[in-house]
Amino acid sequence: MAHILPSAPSSLLGRFMPRSNLALARLGVVLALLALILFGALRYDGFVGLFNILSFLKFNSMFALVALGMAFVIMTGGIDLSVGAAAALASVAAAICSTYGSAAGILGGLSAGLAVGLINGVVITGLRIQPFIATLATMLAANGSALLLAGNQSVSIATDNNFMAIGLNNFLGLPIPVWIVVFAYFGGWLTLERLPVGRRILAIGDGEATAKLMGLHVERTLLGVYLFSGLMAGTAGVILASSSFAGQPTEGIGWELIAIASVVVGGTLLTGGVGSVGATLAGALLLGLVFTVINFENGKGWISLSSSWQPVIRGLFLLAVVVLQAKLAGTRRNSP
Amino acid sequence: MLLSMKDINKSFSGVSVLRDASLEVAPGEVMALIGQNGAGKSTMIKILTGAYRKDSGSIQFDGTQVDFSAPAGAQAAGIATVYQELNLAPHRTVAENIFLSREPRRWGLLDRRRMRAEASRVLARFKLELDVDRPLEDFSAATRQMVAIARGVTQNARLVIMDEPTSSLDEREVGVLFDTIRTLKADGVSTLFVSHRLSELYAVCDRVTIMRDGRTIGQHPMSEISRVELVRSMLGRELTAFATRAKDEARGSDLPVFLHAEDLHAGTRVRGVSLQVRRGEIAGLAGLLGAGRTETARLIFGADPRDGGRVAVEGRETSYREPVDAIRDGIGLVSEDRKVEGIVPELSVRENMTLAILPKLRVGGVVDRTRERAIVDRFIKALGVKCSSPEQPIRELSGGNQQKVLLARWLCTDPNLLIVDEPTRGIDVGAKAEILKLLRELADDGLSVLMISSELEELMAAADHVTVLSDGQSVAVLAADELSEERLMTEMAHQNEIGSEGARAA
Repeated sequence: MAHILPSAPSSLLGRFMPRSNLALARLGVVLALLALILFGALRYDGFVGLFNILSFLKFNSMFALVALGMAFVIMTGGIDLSVGAAAALASVAAAICSTYGSAAGILGGLSAGLAVGLINGVVITGLRIQPFIATLATMLAANGSALLLAGNQSVSIATDNNFMAIGLNNFLGLPIPVWIVVFAYFGGWLTLERLPVGRRILAIGDGEATAKLMGLHVERTLLGVYLFSGLMAGTAGVILASSSFAGQPTEGIGWELIAIASVVVGGTLLTGGVGSVGATLAGALLLGLVFTVINFENGKGWISLSSSWQPVIRGLFLLAVVVLQAKLAGTRRNSP
Repeated sequence: MLLSMKDINKSFSGVSVLRDASLEVAPGEVMALIGQNGAGKSTMIKILTGAYRKDSGSIQFDGTQVDFSAPAGAQAAGIATVYQELNLAPHRTVAENIFLSREPRRWGLLDRRRMRAEASRVLARFKLELDVDRPLEDFSAATRQMVAIARGVTQNARLVIMDEPTSSLDEREVGVLFDTIRTLKADGVSTLFVSHRLSELYAVCDRVTIMRDGRTIGQHPMSEISRVELVRSMLGRELTAFATRAKDEARGSDLPVFLHAEDLHAGTRVRGVSLQVRRGEIAGLAGLLGAGRTETARLIFGADPRDGGRVAVEGRETSYREPVDAIRDGIGLVSEDRKVEGIVPELSVRENMTLAILPKLRVGGVVDRTRERAIVDRFIKALGVKCSSPEQPIRELSGGNQQKVLLARWLCTDPNLLIVDEPTRGIDVGAKAEILKLLRELADDGLSVLMISSELEELMAAADHVTVLSDGQSVAVLAADELSEERLMTEMAHQNEIGSEGARAA
């Protein structure tokens, strides 16, 4: 039964506790991240070395970008299964276009990502198809298009211009993909927390019908969110092409799941309405870090895990974090 | 006139739901809009607010011809709507909910400080002091409603539409809501007030528009129409079923006691509740919202653990740990929230009805469709469920018929005690009387009923005795001949000063 009185002022204890389950989840993911870094730093030589840190960040930049787009989609209560395939398609498009100059390469990759996002948005808002189905279809279509476009093999990028610089060069000591992540996440945070549209995205996730009755432009906002997810996938595709010197039509398989995992670990509700940009980044880094730790462990020679084991361990780790979050949230819910 | 809707027609897939309907609201006026379910009230409102488009007719608002194609347009023009169930965005803060779609900005960014300050200021006008940074879901239904109204006010609304705003409020909260309406009125803002509770209309409304079968059939000043006339014109027939079908004779205390609960305790909500239900009687459970009625029912049903007290069924002490245990003893619970805990909207009438007895209908793991069909047909007929066929999705049924299906779901388990929580909430007057009559007939056949209700008239009409809860304690048991609105309210307000404003007394 609903409570009657406006809730009493928070207790002294309450003041020092995170206000929401989301805040607790954020706390959980940050704690897990710190614990894993500490573990790695104590156990492995070179784990906190500059080279390792930079290559870790660079490698995970693609996942972080895709996860950011996914986070916004999930906050509206939707899902975007096409991000991995869109990134692969974008990498092929970028590689092909790079022969016309680095700008053309970038533009080609981003356009491919945006095109997938546009189709998603139009099908979901215009034709009222459920996001799961719509993006499943575009995932298959993008995957096929990438293979067709690339002729079933990877496509080399042009090496006579500076398209490859994106993946190779540093700027002010940081790899360019890392800068892209910094800007994208800052923009994402600003949008979510400081711009009106961020509040509306969350309100739509809270209840689409309600949002409509409140006079929000639901279709327009959703279209924007899927376009953004496509743009992020396209950016990841450009980075992929540039740093591996080739468009990779078969890369990107399973990226959408890593992205969803990052978002969920970051405390964003799969049902929408609640979410955090910062915690999504922490979630993406956490999942990447598990991978790095396994590599280091293999390097120590104590164990030798094949690459097939990595997803298993990632999965178990993800489960552990989610259970931890549920426990934290549970203790709070049961306390008076 | 601020608003004047004329000759509005609307049909859905060939079925006409509005026929030359009209509605007028003067500036600063509180207009009641009443009618049975299906009379066309909500369609009328949805056309006004742009959620639906009219087929023909004219709408004039504030001197100009309007035809909104989306809710955003109506809001911009100064029409704010407070919906019954859709309560804004629960995860967002109070301040955000008030300003969503018109957030104050500075250099394109959210001006969060101003948003907070303005939100607090507008809430203060309604004597509400809230932490506007907390998510809306942290607050009570009444507070959420106030927030919705505050949202309307900041939109410079000239007309606030309230669709059954009081259905989830207790007496005191209704009082606060009425003060709010009066504040709006003093500022020249009009209110369109939809409610099933007649006494509320008399307490706060200036005029009433009555709709029936898609037509507007009357418009009267509240002071010039009696309750009986009002109900009569709403139903279009003599109202006989209500209140008259009471207890023929005072039910003897010689009937054996079926359920005896003593000194129940659980958390802060239930702090000493005792009650008993005899075989074949309807026991009422009254109290303000938050008095612990639903919580008590859940304790008896084994849905929540109890901290103390005893429950005896037919003299045997029980310790149910899960509802399954209670069901085994023949106890059923029809919960308050039909939509959330009761019906499965996409499933058919048949499937909804047999949900609880499917295990019993199995023959070698497969449901015996012939027997299932026989049971469904029997109850559809016995309870008078109006549906095109047992295969019709239950969501297409009216509230009253959905409730009957839920009752049937329990009745086909052949229970000894049925706990019904607000059995007539959101159901129109005619169907209400039918549900009550049905419960009475079931009781006459030996079923024990524990009926929780917020509507005093309903308790007086149907219950053999009423246990009154106040603040988690049972404070009185009133026999049938002691029942009066006055007495019930006095007991409910027991040691509960804030409850005694008597806002609902007409």
